[in-house]
Amino acid sequence: MNRARNALGTGVGFVLILVWCLLPVAWIISLSFKSADETSVGSPQFLPKNPTLQNYRDILDNPDFIDALRNSFGIALIATFLSVIFATLAAYAIARLDFRGKRAVLSLALAIAMFPVVSLVGPLFDMWRTFHLFNTWPGLIIPYMSFTLPLAIWTLSAFFREIPWEMEQAAQVDGATSWQAFRKVIVPLAAPGVFTAAILTFFFAWNEFVLAISLTSTTSSRTVPAQMSFFVGPDPFNPPYGQLATASVVVTVPIIIIVLLFQRKIVAGLTSGAVKG
Amino acid sequence: MAAIDMKNIVKKYGDGFPAVNDVSIDVADGEFMILVGPSGCGKSTLLRMIVGLEDITSGDMMIGDRRVNDLAPRDRNLAMVFQNYALYPHLTVYENIAFPLRLAKAPDDEIDEKVRAASKTLDLDEHLDRKPGNLSGGQRQRVAMGRAIVREADAFLFDEPLSNLDAKLRGQMRTEISRLQRRLGITTVYVTHDQTEAMTLGDRVAVLKRGILQQLATPRELYENPGNLFVAGFIGSPPMNFMPATVEGTSVKLPFGAVQITPEKAEKAAGRGLLIAGIRPEYFEDASVKTDRAPGSTFRAPVDVVEWLGNETYAYIPFEAPPEVVTQLRQLERDLDGESLHTQLVVSLDGISRIKEGEEAEIWVDGSKMHLFDPATGENLTVDRDHAGRILEVGAEEVVAG
Repeated sequence: MNRARNALGTGVGFVLILVWCLLPVAWIISLSFKSADETSVGSPQFLPKNPTLQNYRDILDNPDFIDALRNSFGIALIATFLSVIFATLAAYAIARLDFRGKRAVLSLALAIAMFPVVSLVGPLFDMWRTFHLFNTWPGLIIPYMSFTLPLAIWTLSAFFREIPWEMEQAAQVDGATSWQAFRKVIVPLAAPGVFTAAILTFFFAWNEFVLAISLTSTTSSRTVPAQMSFFVGPDPFNPPYGQLATASVVVTVPIIIIVLLFQRKIVAGLTSGAVKG
Repeated sequence: MAAIDMKNIVKKYGDGFPAVNDVSIDVADGEFMILVGPSGCGKSTLLRMIVGLEDITSGDMMIGDRRVNDLAPRDRNLAMVFQNYALYPHLTVYENIAFPLRLAKAPDDEIDEKVRAASKTLDLDEHLDRKPGNLSGGQRQRVAMGRAIVREADAFLFDEPLSNLDAKLRGQMRTEISRLQRRLGITTVYVTHDQTEAMTLGDRVAVLKRGILQQLATPRELYENPGNLFVAGFIGSPPMNFMPATVEGTSVKLPFGAVQITPEKAEKAAGRGLLIAGIRPEYFEDASVKTDRAPGSTFRAPVDVVEWLGNETYAYIPFEAPPEVVTQLRQLERDLDGESLHTQLVVSLDGISRIKEGEEAEIWVDGSKMHLFDPATGENLTVDRDHAGRILEVGAEEVVAG
């Protein structure tokens, strides 16, 4: 009796959460298959009347969007790559070494992560113009890294702390240098942490809007979220909803693919069996 | 292969407390050396100093002819088996064993040959493709040993390798380690807190207490000629019985009666007042089942508890002791990680003995094997120095005896 009620409650809650989360996504997907005529009527129905791929053809023919997509991929991947490398090294040092000011480094990193992005836009704008970084890839990669590094360091140092120190000592006794022990034993064991940090960083860089719109001026470095705000169409009272929805679908797909790919990597308990069990 | 020579090794941590204090142990080439002692005696620290995972505060660590104090672990060419095995969970058993060879950049066919040889030795052939997470405790233990033997290391170091296994497996692996070591003839240093492992495996055993080497001798010497109260209490199971004693001529007065000892022993202990007598449980016997009339003494005592094990019987006989002896015995128990609530005598009798709980029994004891200890210093007054290896001298630095 009690168990049946529990199961029922779980099921209902599950459905509620799914609807809550996925309804907007479904709405965007449905919009992307609607023609402009359909989206401009007052209250369009949920499912498209005459599904069409025209929106996709249009958006993929739009050179501005393709440029923005390229920028997004480039900037997000480079920022992720560098951020994960720096975070791995820093987190390892924090987890393994006892040095003065360790606490300060960690709390400072957290403070940076909490800093509101908007407050940095003005100073960064001025600085980047002086340094000729305005409207360049590095101009976005650098701030993205500084905002994602703290979280990556925190995540990774937690993972490193979980790895038994004996692993590394065993590797050293087996003839490894500290660097070899780190690369061949510690990093593979921290792989779930590395992937988690990488995904968090990638999401941040991929979705970021404020810096992307403020620190760029042309499609040579503008990313997709910023570029989409320029999709206004000919009539300001009638934005091209179908196009916007299609662009959203196109930028969401890579994220979903990445999550599905790495989901299997982010399995806990990789260290099981290393020590007595 | 090489000898390991530790000369006056000291390890001090940040607070200045010496975890290992002036320990000198020479491990001969091919010898199986045991470091044994209760927790916190510095045995693991000493092992980690040999392998290079701990810095040495002072003293010389010699492996072969090289002083290795300042060498990194990878340059010492030693193989170590860790307490928790420290297998690499992301690698297969094969790759775990091959790991040291891959680091040494050995060619693939050589690696394959050596790994297969090691796996054959350790009976791991069918598990080579599995990950450590899917193995049982004993199999993991064997993989850890495989990783050690696949290299041509100068010595093996074991850090309590059997403490995570259940009792039955522990016995089997103990035999296995012993067989392997004899076959490979490799210098081995083995840390344990288990005196059974120490007695069965070691060519020689170093007993440590609070960072100080108490006695370095063969298992037989340790058992028959313990240098002090601590070693006497640590080696042997059930442990040696300690009770207050006073020597009068060649007779020793114990709580339950007088026992005759040899004139030589009596002479060494004469005129010392109150002493602590140590007699191992197996030097007692039920007088009614004792057929051969060996020299010895008999006494009658009330038996408190009887434990019949089939092949033998343990009987417990409580006794009263004067306060100074009780204090010393309590301290000894603490040093041995134990907790004794009663001053009692444990006697090991033949399994056919019919003594019952609560009865008064007649017990025979072989007084010639009794040891007498100074209650103040714990020193064994009756030790045979020619057969006791090296003993920590009371109130002085260690000197070599015998």
